[in-house]
Amino acid sequence: MAIRVQQQPFDLGEESTTFADAQNDAGAVVTFTGIVRDLPEGGGLDRMAIEHYPGMTEKALDQIAADARARWDLADVLIIHRYGEMHAGERIMMVATAARHRKSAFEAAEFLMDYLKSRAPFWKKEHTTDGGGWVAARDEDEDALSRW
Amino acid sequence: MDVLYFAWVRERIGLPREQVQTQARTVNDLVAELRAREERYAAAFADLSALRVAVDQELADFDAPLDGAREVAFFPPMTGG
Repeated sequence: MAIRVQQQPFDLGEESTTFADAQNDAGAVVTFTGIVRDLPEGGGLDRMAIEHYPGMTEKALDQIAADARARWDLADVLIIHRYGEMHAGERIMMVATAARHRKSAFEAAEFLMDYLKSRAPFWKKEHTTDGGGWVAARDEDEDALSRW
Repeated sequence: MDVLYFAWVRERIGLPREQVQTQARTVNDLVAELRAREERYAAAFADLSALRVAVDQELADFDAPLDGAREVAFFPPMTGG
């Protein structure tokens, strides 16, 4: 299991391949990647800045991963989450899960994402050509936790 | 104790962290002390429903006790992922 919080970009292909290659007993690997979206209707996103809470971030991610492993029989988990400034199209984060069967791998990846959204201390700020502001948490994201 | 602020709470108060000498027994008591300091604190803590708090890097409630706490952080709802 690996959890990385980093400023620099990561290579999605390399990370996915390394993760999949390391599995001996798993029959399924699921990966999810979050990407910086441009703003709707013609864009205008100059950059996104992601702030986090060093120390708490790592603890929260460890806990979320441990909760997933307690709930599903997972062979492995990988979480990479970036902070700092990035532009539209750049990859923000990824999760990968490995399990004997795909259902566990899919469900655990969704669980990790739902908890990462609203329980990992990251905050996104959009800088646009005419100003920008902090991205507000969505009620749906909080509601998503209730299904688990 | 160390008090930390993130995202717009940090911007509104104007600093990322500070040392606070306090006898506050709960997070709510600490919030009341901070609010009373200056307008920028009052503005940041105007609506607690828009804020989350962590005590020693664990999410907590505003009525959580502070005995022995070394670090309290205030921030808006998280937007990870």
